[in-house]
Amino acid sequence: MTRRRWLAAASLVGLMVIAMGAGRGAADMSDRTIEIDIHYSRFTPGTLTVPAGAPIRFVLVNGDPIDHEWIVGDAAAHERHRTGTEPTHGARPTEQSIPAGTTVETVVTFETPGTFSYICHLPQHEAYGMVGTIVVTGD
Amino acid sequence: MARRRIFLLPALVAAFLVSAAPALACGGLIGPNGAVNLLRTTTLAGYHDGVEHYVTAFEYAGGGGAFGSLTPLPGVPTSVEKGGDWTLQRLLRETDPQPEFLFDAARVGAAASAEELMKVRIDALDLTVLRGGAAEVGQWAADHGFRLPPDAPEVLEFYASRSPIFLAAAFDATAAAERGQNIGDGTPVHITIPTPNPWVPLRILALGKTSGERVEADVYLLTDRKPALLPGPRGSNGIDLAHSQEATQSLLADLRSDRGMDWVPESGWLTKIEVDASAGQLRYDLAIDASGQGTPSRHQAGLDIVASSAPAGAVDVGRLLTTLTIIAAGTLLLILLVTSRAGGGRTAAVR
Repeated sequence: MTRRRWLAAASLVGLMVIAMGAGRGAADMSDRTIEIDIHYSRFTPGTLTVPAGAPIRFVLVNGDPIDHEWIVGDAAAHERHRTGTEPTHGARPTEQSIPAGTTVETVVTFETPGTFSYICHLPQHEAYGMVGTIVVTGD
Repeated sequence: MARRRIFLLPALVAAFLVSAAPALACGGLIGPNGAVNLLRTTTLAGYHDGVEHYVTAFEYAGGGGAFGSLTPLPGVPTSVEKGGDWTLQRLLRETDPQPEFLFDAARVGAAASAEELMKVRIDALDLTVLRGGAAEVGQWAADHGFRLPPDAPEVLEFYASRSPIFLAAAFDATAAAERGQNIGDGTPVHITIPTPNPWVPLRILALGKTSGERVEADVYLLTDRKPALLPGPRGSNGIDLAHSQEATQSLLADLRSDRGMDWVPESGWLTKIEVDASAGQLRYDLAIDASGQGTPSRHQAGLDIVASSAPAGAVDVGRLLTTLTIIAAGTLLLILLVTSRAGGGRTAAVR
């Protein structure tokens, strides 16, 4: 094989490695940690895919100068929070208050596959678009 | 010396609604009875010899406890004092002549912490001039029990990048009630601001509103000559030209006779801009050039400020770089393969 062919092969391998890395994206759970950034009252990423049964560490970074929440659950859970009265959250892994400019970490294990939402239930925030989706797979 | 004077008489809703509803974290806690609405605030801002004057009326529109607003200012004020009692009404009368009973009904619509540069109490209003960026103003609001709406981070940055000066007005509804103030009663405030670049904050009017909600306000300008405006009032862009002519002597005389209004000049050009836009549409301020140059500043209009509604994090830099890398690698690979094939052909030919 000529030197150029070796180079081509090496480039191809490198390309595949890079492409695999790109494909992992935010949904890759190989390290079981996901960072969710909050900026201008939006969650980024807005969609996640995680495996069921594995503990996932969520790092919630609030870069805004106002407080936010990260509440994960099904429709019933969110409905409760829309009319809830708890001033702050943190006792439950799926319910976190994130003061302005702070970072909060929580570990959540989704036991069953399904689709859940994470929402900030501070007044007007959900309507403004502070909603994300977590797809829990059975893989 | 030629007198440089511009009068800006904007009737605009003062800015950032900061709800002082109980700082409870769960949603739905600002109920229809707990929320306080700043329906509209009429503001007169004057610019004369490098000094801009605002006369703003903060109107109580219901609710209890304390509530307030934040108004971005083009500079640090030298004074904040009680404004004249009839100035704003007189302006409305000038451009919108109407039966007295209608006039009464339509008057002035409704309704690390930042550095506190000045604190003034006017009737039931606690006014504080703040200097700080979005984070500092947000912290100040939190420290004082106010909750900013979700669009505040972006809007605060929009303004702080030009002038990190804000006027926070906290309305004590209980004090207002004790003073005998009723819903709809306004408190005029006169702010004097030396600044070389006057502008009227418009985007702030949309704060706390959903994208489709309407924003309505009147903006009066009184200048030495017909002003150049940016954006131009086209109607379709959410602002329209409702009045533009030489200010009458009777208007100027009436304004001048009100409290603190002796700065009103002997002559001027009166312009009225009507704001009727969706909140999502109102993403600019009103820049004014009354110097005769006809070059209102894009910067002062907020048109050169990149304040995307999408969070910065939405642009995944890592993924973007990866994509570019893949493209570059693919291109390199293609070149190598083509070159190699061409070389191979030559080799085969040698055989």
